[in-house]
Amino acid sequence: MLLTGAEIIWECLIREGVEIVWGYPGGAILPTYDALSKYEGRIRHVLVRHEQGATHMADGYARATGKVGVAMATSGPGATNMVTGIATAMMDSSPIVCITGQVPTSVIGSDAFQETDVTGVTLPITKHNFLVMRIEDLVPTLRKAFFIARTGRPGPVLVDIPKDVQNKKIEFEWPTEPIRLPGYRPPKQATQDQIERALELIKAAKNPLILAGHGVNMSGAERALQEFAERTQTPVALTLLGKGAMPENHPLCLGMMGMHGAAAVNMAIQEADLLLAFGMRFDDRVTGNLKTYSPNSRKIHIDIDASEINKNVRVDVGIAGDLRTVLDQLNPHVPTLEHKAWLNHIRDWQEDTDQRDIINQVTDSGKLYAAHAIRDLWAATKGDAIVVTDVGQHQMWTAQYYLHERPRTLITSGGLGTMGFGFPAAIGAKMGRPNESVWAIVGDGGFQMTLMELATAAQENVNVNVAIINNAYLGMVRQWQEFFHEERYNATPMLSPDFVKLAEAYGIAARRVTKREEIAEAVAWAESINGPTVLEFVVEKADIVYPMVPAGADLDKMIRRPMPDWSENH
Amino acid sequence: MKHILVALVENEPGVLNRVASLFRRRNFNIDSLTVGRTENPNVSRMTIVLDSNVTRADQVKKNLYKLVNVIQVEEVTEKPHISRDLALIKVKASAEAAWAASRYGARIVDHSDGVMIIDISDDEARIEGLVEALRPLGIIELVRTGVVAMGQGAHVLQPDPAYA
Repeated sequence: MLLTGAEIIWECLIREGVEIVWGYPGGAILPTYDALSKYEGRIRHVLVRHEQGATHMADGYARATGKVGVAMATSGPGATNMVTGIATAMMDSSPIVCITGQVPTSVIGSDAFQETDVTGVTLPITKHNFLVMRIEDLVPTLRKAFFIARTGRPGPVLVDIPKDVQNKKIEFEWPTEPIRLPGYRPPKQATQDQIERALELIKAAKNPLILAGHGVNMSGAERALQEFAERTQTPVALTLLGKGAMPENHPLCLGMMGMHGAAAVNMAIQEADLLLAFGMRFDDRVTGNLKTYSPNSRKIHIDIDASEINKNVRVDVGIAGDLRTVLDQLNPHVPTLEHKAWLNHIRDWQEDTDQRDIINQVTDSGKLYAAHAIRDLWAATKGDAIVVTDVGQHQMWTAQYYLHERPRTLITSGGLGTMGFGFPAAIGAKMGRPNESVWAIVGDGGFQMTLMELATAAQENVNVNVAIINNAYLGMVRQWQEFFHEERYNATPMLSPDFVKLAEAYGIAARRVTKREEIAEAVAWAESINGPTVLEFVVEKADIVYPMVPAGADLDKMIRRPMPDWSENH
Repeated sequence: MKHILVALVENEPGVLNRVASLFRRRNFNIDSLTVGRTENPNVSRMTIVLDSNVTRADQVKKNLYKLVNVIQVEEVTEKPHISRDLALIKVKASAEAAWAASRYGARIVDHSDGVMIIDISDDEARIEGLVEALRPLGIIELVRTGVVAMGQGAHVLQPDPAYA
C-alpha cells in the first residue's frame, strides 16, 4: 500500500494501540493533521490549548492506564512548549511518545521559520529521541519509540519528523521482525546469588521496613508486595508516587515517608535495621540528610534502573530487575516471620502523630482548613476516586489525607514538581479511565498556569472535577518563607480571578465552598453533573503542612505541628 | 585513580552528543574521550578516561548503558591491556630536543623554520615523561588525541552477536 509519511504516522499509532492523541496543529505538522480525516473513527485527536497541556494529558493518561500516552505538536514553539511536560514525564518515568513536526530536511540547520533543534533541546529530558531524516526509517523509528517508552524504566520518547518526510510516499508494510535495538536490554530478574543474599538479610532483621515506590505500581507488583509484607510481617512505608502500592487501610501500611511524611514513618526509617527499597530511588525529598540517613540499617534495593543502585545511598544487596519478577522469585523462599515488638514500637510513634494531627483537632471556629477539605473530599468520594494533584501544599495534604486503596489512583508530579501539571493530567486520566470518578486537586497558583485547558475540557466534555484549594498564597513557598526566611512573604500573596465566574465563562458548572459542612453536598453535586466542574474551596490562608523535614536536615529532625492545647478548646 | 572505559556504540549521528551530554548533566568529569571506527561498520568505539573513585566509575558505566545507542561498556583498567595516546609536540629545533625524543622512541616528523614536530605514540605516562623532558626546552604547540585502549590476548570486546 503506497502511503504518505503522514498517513504512515497514523497507521503506526493505531497499530501501537493508541486511542487518543493530544495535540496542536501548525505548519510543519500540517500534512499529518491533513491525513487525520482518513483515520476518523479509528483514532481520536483532542485539540489542547497549549502544547504543555498535551504532554501532561498524555502523561496523566499513561499513569492512569499504564499505556503509552501520545502528544503531537508542530516544530519550533510547538515543540519547545512541550519541554516541561517531557521533563515531568522523564522524572516520574511516565511512558509518553511526543511527535513533533520539523522543517523540511532541505532547510534543516538554516534557521528556517519555526525551526528549533528539538532533538537537541530534549536530549537530556527524554529516555531517547529520534529525528527521522528518511521516510524509509519512519516505521522502524515509531516502533522503537513505543517500545522504548513502555519497556524497562518507562519514559518519554520524542520523534521529530520533517515536513517532507510526512509528504513523501512509500510502500507501507507493518513489519513482523523483532525491533533492532542492540544497545537496549532492560534488566529483568535477579540472580540466584542476589536472592540468597537478600534472604539472609531478611531472616536476620529485627526491625525491617519496606520502602515502596512508583516501581511497585508500574511493574504491577502490588500483590507480590502485599504477600511479602504479610508473610514477613514487615511494615510498608510509601513514597509519594508509591501511594496505591499498598492499601492505606492495611494494618502494615504506615503511609508516606519523607519531607512531609508521617513522623512515625521517618522515625521508623531512622531506627530500622533493614530497609527493603522496592522500586524507589532515594530521592532527596525522602532521605533528608544522606549522611545520617537510616544509619543502622542494612539495605536491599530492587530497581529496574541499575544506575539508581548505589547512586544516593550505598546498599548491601542491589538488584537491577523488574520488581514484580524479582519479588516473584523471592516470595517462594521467604519464611513466615514476626516482628511484634517492632510493630508496637511504631504504633507508639503513630499515636503521638495522631494526637498532633489537625484532622483529629475539632474546629468549631467556622474556619475551613485545606486538610479538612481534602479529608472530606476523600469521604464524599468514598476514597475511590482517581486523584490528580498539582504541586504545593495541597499536593502534600492530598498525600496525607486522601487515602488510596488501589494502584494508579494518585497521579502527581513527584520528581519535577511541575506546577500546572494537575488539571491537564486529570483530563488525560479521565479520558483514559472514563468509568472512574476523577478529581483534580489543585492550588490557586498552579491552576492558573494551565487553566486554559478548561476550554479543552469543555469542548470535549471531559467529565473531570476540579477542586481548587484557594488560600490566596503560593502556600508552599510561603511556608518556606515563614520557616526559613523570617516571614518575608515576597511574591507569594496571590490575587486570583473569580474562579466560579471564570469557569462559567468557559461554559463549565462551578461553585464556591467556604464552610466545612457544605463539602459533602458540593462534591455530590459536582459528581452528578455530566461534564467538567469546578469547586473552589476558600481555605485558611496561613496554614502549614506538618510535619516538615527541612531540606537537607536529618530525617527525624522534623518540624512538628504543636500539640493541641486541649484545655483551651474543650 | 584513573579508570579507562571502552564503549561500543551504534554508528549513528548524534551518539557522541548523547555521551557528552550525559557526562555534563551527571557532573562526571572526564580526562579524555576518543571516538573512532571499528572492524564493524555499524559500530563505533569510544575510550573514556576518568579520574574518579570506583563507585563513580561504576555509575558512569551504568549511565552509559542507559543510553539506547550504547551497546557494550567495559572497564579495561583492571585487565591486562594496551593503551595508547598520540601526541604531536612542536618545539624549537635543538639537539637536546632531538635527543629527548630519541630517548622516548619518538619520531621527528617535521623540521622546518627552526622548529621541530615530535610525534610520539605511547601510554600516557611515557608521553607525560617526554612532555616534561621537553618543557624546559620550550614547547611551542602541543596536541594529544586522548587515550585508546584494548584488552590483551584472547580477550575481545565485540557486540554480543545476539544483539548486533
